Amino acid sequence: MNIGWRKIGTASSDVAAEEGAPRDWSRLVGGGWVFLLLIALIAIFTILRPTQFGSSFNLSNIAVNAAILLVLAVGQTFVMIAAGVDLSIGAVLVFSSVVAARVMLMLAGDQGGGAYGTTNASLGVVVIGAVAAILSGALWGALNGFLVAVARIPPLIVTLGTLGMALGGAQILTGGIDVRAVPELLVMGLGGVGLFGLPNLVQIAVLTAILGAIVLHLTRFGVHVYAIGSNSEAARRSGIRIAQRLIVIYAISGGLAGVAAIMSLARYGTTTIAGHAMDNLATISAVILGGTSLFGGTGSIIGTVIGVFIPIVLLNGFVIIGIPPFWQTVAMGAVLIISVFTDQLKRRARERA
Amino acid sequence: MTGAPLLEARGIKRRFGHVTALDGADFAVHAGEICALIGDNGAGKSTLVKILSGTDKPDNGEILLDGQPVAFAAPTDAQAKGIATVYQDLALAPNLTPAANLFLGRELLFAGWRGALGFVDRRTMRMRAEAQFQRLGVRLRSQHVSVASLSGGQRQSVAIARAALWADKVIFMDEPTAALGVVQTERVLDLIRQVRDQGVAVVLISHNMPQVLKVADRIEVLRLGRRVARFKARDATIESLVAAMTSGLAVEGAS
Ligand SMILES: Nc1ncnc2c1ncn2[C@@H]1O[C@H](COP(=O)(O)OP(=O)(O)OP(=O)(O)O)[C@@H](O)[C@H]1O
Ligand SMILES: [Mg+2]
Repeated sequence: MNIGWRKIGTASSDVAAEEGAPRDWSRLVGGGWVFLLLIALIAIFTILRPTQFGSSFNLSNIAVNAAILLVLAVGQTFVMIAAGVDLSIGAVLVFSSVVAARVMLMLAGDQGGGAYGTTNASLGVVVIGAVAAILSGALWGALNGFLVAVARIPPLIVTLGTLGMALGGAQILTGGIDVRAVPELLVMGLGGVGLFGLPNLVQIAVLTAILGAIVLHLTRFGVHVYAIGSNSEAARRSGIRIAQRLIVIYAISGGLAGVAAIMSLARYGTTTIAGHAMDNLATISAVILGGTSLFGGTGSIIGTVIGVFIPIVLLNGFVIIGIPPFWQTVAMGAVLIISVFTDQLKRRARERA
Repeated sequence: MTGAPLLEARGIKRRFGHVTALDGADFAVHAGEICALIGDNGAGKSTLVKILSGTDKPDNGEILLDGQPVAFAAPTDAQAKGIATVYQDLALAPNLTPAANLFLGRELLFAGWRGALGFVDRRTMRMRAEAQFQRLGVRLRSQHVSVASLSGGQRQSVAIARAALWADKVIFMDEPTAALGVVQTERVLDLIRQVRDQGVAVVLISHNMPQVLKVADRIEVLRLGRRVARFKARDATIESLVAAMTSGLAVEGAS
C-alpha cells in the first residue's frame, strides 16, 4: 500500500519537469502508435519507390503541402486543448487573404508591370498586406472567443456561424471572383526558397510550430490553456480569468489563419475562395490524430505535427505507387476513427484506475 | 480551546426570497482545532461556509477575523486573507499533475527575463509540491501522472494539500469524505489532523456522526439557520448531537 516517495530533484525527473502535461511520452505523441504509423508509412513508401518518394524534390513537396495546414493546426491545437473547436479557420483564411490581396492591390496601384497576374508592389506594401491578414484573422478569432467565453454560446455553433460570415464576407468583398493580382515579391520571395535551401513556407511553418510549442508547454498562458480544457470550473475558482484567456486562445487560432492566408497567397498567387472548405476538418483530424483529446485538457504541438503529416504522406505515397488517390480519403477516415477509439479506451482505462 | 476565536461570525442572516437560510447564526473557530459544523439537511451549513469563504454575502451580521471586522467581496478576498475552501470535485484539473494543481492560478514564474515572458518554473513548483505532500504525509506514486489517474482519496488529498499550501488561517471542507471508502476516508482524516497540527483552523462539514466524534475537537450545531449547541468532542455522544440537530435542544456546552 505504501508506495515509494520519489526523491526530490533526481536527474531523471528533471526532464519531465519541463513538460506541461503529465510525463507520459506515449500520450504526447498520440499514443505512440500514430508516430509509429508515420514512420512506417515513410519506410514503406521509401522501400517501394526509393528514387521517387525519397527524392529531395518529393520530400520538399510534401513539406510545402503540409506547411499551410500545419500553421492552421497549431492554432486548432490551442483551441481544442482548451476544450473548444474552431470550424471557422478555413473561412477566416479566405477572408484574410482577400483583405490582404485587396489592401496590397490598392496600395500598389493597378499598374501591373510584373509577370502575368502579379504586381510590382514594394516590400512595404507586402508587409502591410501581411499585417492586415493577421489582424483580420485575429479579429475574427477574438470575436469567436468573445462569443464562446462571454456570451457562452457553444464553440461549435459560434465558429460555424463565423465560418459562414467570413466566407460570405469574402465573397461580398470580391463579388465571388478571386483576386488574382498578387505582388510578385510575395510569390517569388515568400513562395520561394530561403535559408538552407528550405522553402520559405516550410520555414514559417516550422517557426510557428516551435513558437506554439514554447507558448503552450512552457508559459503560464499554456498552463491555463490546459487547465481551462481540463476543468474550467476549477480554473475559474483558482482565479484564472477564463474569458480573457479564451479570447486570446481563439485570437491565436484566427491570427494563425491570417498567417496561413499570406502563405496561401504566396503559394498560389491568387486568393482561393473555394479552396479551403475542408481546412477545418483536416486540422481537427490532424490534432486528434496527434493525441489531443476531443474533450480537451491534453495534447501537444509535436503530436499535431505528426498528425498533419500522416494524410499528406499517405496521399503522396498513394499517388507515387499508383493507388487511386481516393483511397487516401478512405484510409484517413479509418485512421481518424481508430485514433479517437484508442483515445477513449485510454480514458476509460485511466478512469478505472 | 483557549483564547479568542480566529474566525468568528455573529448574527449572520441570509434570505433567499422566502427561504431564510441563516437566521442570525453565530459561529466561531480557533487556530489549531478541527471544528465540525453539523446540522440536518437545509440547516444552513453550506450557506454559512459560502459566506465565511467569500462566495456569498450575508444580508446582516458581522464576520471577525483575528478580532477585526472583515468583508469579503469575492472568494479571492478570503483567499488573500488565508481562508480556503476544499470543494468536493470541482477544484482540480484532472489532466494536470498534482504539482500543477497545487499551483493552479498561482504559477511560479522564473526570475528575470524568462519570468517577464511568462515562463513557468515547473521544477521549483514540483519541488515545493513534493515538500508540501511530504510535510502532510500524502503519498503519491508519482509526481508525473495526471490527477485523473489518482484514486478518489488521493485526489481529495491533493485538494486539501492545495488548500493548506495557500491558507494559513482557515480551511473549510464540505463533506470531504462523502465519496470515499473506509481506507481512503481514514487517510483523508489523518491528513485533516496533519493540517490542524500545522496550526490551521479546519472547519469540517459532515453528516457522519461517528466520524465527527472521532476527528473533531469541537462541534457546533446548526438548526434552522441558528447555532443551537456547541460541544467539546470528548463530552459529546451521538445521541446528544442528534438531539441537538433535531430538537434544537440548546446545550450551550462548556466550550
Ligand atoms: N442559492 C439558493 N437559493 C435559494 N435557496 C437556497 C440557496 N442556497 C440555499 N438555499 C436554501 O437555504 C437553506 C439552507 O441551505 P444549505 O445548503 O445551507 O443547507 P445545508 O445545511 O448545507 O444542507 P445539506 O446538509 O443538505 O447540505 C435550504 O432551505 C436551501 O434550500
Ligand atoms: Mg450543504
